[in-house]
Amino acid sequence: MSSALKQMTRIEPVTFDLAADKLRDLSVALHALPPQTNQTSWQILNPRGQHAVAVGVTVPVSIQIDGHVGYYCAGMNDGAVITIEGNAGPGVAENMMSGIVHVKGDASQAAGATAHGGLLIIDGNASARCGISMKGIDIVVKGSVGHMSAFMAQSGNLVILGDTGEALGDSLYEARIFCAGTPASLGADCEEKPMTPDDKAILVDLLQRAGAQADPGDFKLYGSARTLYHFHVDNAGAY
Amino acid sequence: MCGIAGLFLKNRALEPELGAMTAAMLEVLTDRGPDSAGFAIYGDGAAGFMKFTLRAPAGFDFPALAHELQIAVTLRDDHAVIQVPVAREAEVRRHLAAGYPMVAVVASGSRMELFKGVGLPALVSKRFGLAGMSGSHAIAHTRMATESAVTTQGAHPFSTGPDQCLVHNGSLSNHNDIRRSLIREHMRFETQNDTEVAAGFLSWKLREGAKLDEALTAALDTLDGFYTFVVGTESGFGVLRDPVACKPAVMAETDDYVAFGSEYRALVDLPGISKAKLFEPEPAKVYFWERAA
Repeated sequence: MSSALKQMTRIEPVTFDLAADKLRDLSVALHALPPQTNQTSWQILNPRGQHAVAVGVTVPVSIQIDGHVGYYCAGMNDGAVITIEGNAGPGVAENMMSGIVHVKGDASQAAGATAHGGLLIIDGNASARCGISMKGIDIVVKGSVGHMSAFMAQSGNLVILGDTGEALGDSLYEARIFCAGTPASLGADCEEKPMTPDDKAILVDLLQRAGAQADPGDFKLYGSARTLYHFHVDNAGAY
Repeated sequence: MCGIAGLFLKNRALEPELGAMTAAMLEVLTDRGPDSAGFAIYGDGAAGFMKFTLRAPAGFDFPALAHELQIAVTLRDDHAVIQVPVAREAEVRRHLAAGYPMVAVVASGSRMELFKGVGLPALVSKRFGLAGMSGSHAIAHTRMATESAVTTQGAHPFSTGPDQCLVHNGSLSNHNDIRRSLIREHMRFETQNDTEVAAGFLSWKLREGAKLDEALTAALDTLDGFYTFVVGTESGFGVLRDPVACKPAVMAETDDYVAFGSEYRALVDLPGISKAKLFEPEPAKVYFWERAA
């Protein structure tokens, strides 16, 4: 590449300082990006716990957020790599379709809720209902998760290096839950499963992609016992 | 929704700043509860005296009342704080009840003052001069009404015992039943509000000799519904979330303070927040801090 062309294509990162710039202006700028944009590097300063930072991004850009964010950060992400250098409030990466969301601190409740795809990495702990109703997302939590995590999870993988709160995987459909620590209890219809070589390959791949230092041999696999899939006439009296 | 801000100082040098810090936290939480707001603040007390926080309709002549009782008064909008010699507590209460039915005793105690009103939190805090107040700890609330009407009486905090207050984000489902039981225990209630019942329950446990942490543990077994509570006593500050923990809570602790916010946004301007230990209080776990005597 000629030096002139290099000069032409070198795009400086865009910096938004949310202490001065409006969140709405940031959202408008991100949503206006064409799929082939060269403006692929974004930095967001002083989020100060604001809600809905970097929501609905549909282009493969890289966004670094320097600080703690509030509700729904990186929600509906479709292709972006979003890094939060801090904690995230409720619903981080909710309904993600694809891409990567990396929380360097802790995440509040309902992290990765209802998400269809992509990878959510949480370096710290996630609180209640992590991966609730997940529909295909992969989530790796390097710490522990709170109660009712993977509640009604339908598809995807939840990897937990630490422990879990009560009722892990309650009313689970078909997601895999890998946990290296101890679940406080398993929810209705959630049971430990034998780990097949295919399951283990998924786990090893996710640990590697998340940069997680853990021995795959320490994990147990939990999944659906599939007894809630169909109505049992013996339960009719309960209604 | 509803928003809660609480600040418990460990470093006494910060006490003159307590009101200003609390006012700033309260205002950030306006969009969680724009209907009404209120706060309780634990300031100076004087030996041999207790404080009554009174509320009356606009135009009420508090100075004349204070003159009649021969006690000191501080006016704060439609509230006033009177200094009552401990020995005269019963007499002053009788005097108010008999001659001044329009005057509500909002709170009483050795150090706590409690103010609340309808309107945007920033306006409520300005009316009472929160930013200029000092003290050891404060609890503030922005309300989005669900279980009872938008009135001053329905605003938080609720106080049902001396130096005791409680704020609540959530809603209780068995409050009518518990209110009836507590009335039989001679607890008195001013409203049909669910939160007042939670406050009354804790006051009853404390009256029966429980410590704050024991009272909060008992609340877990008795109260049904959604709640994040922050409670204050003369020397203590407690936090309790129900086992399902839908209602948000973020806490920050440094060597100087323990702070509570419904959201992290409420904490961002506190001194030293970037180095604070940030955590979410766990569900069904009692947290409390006591002030060293």
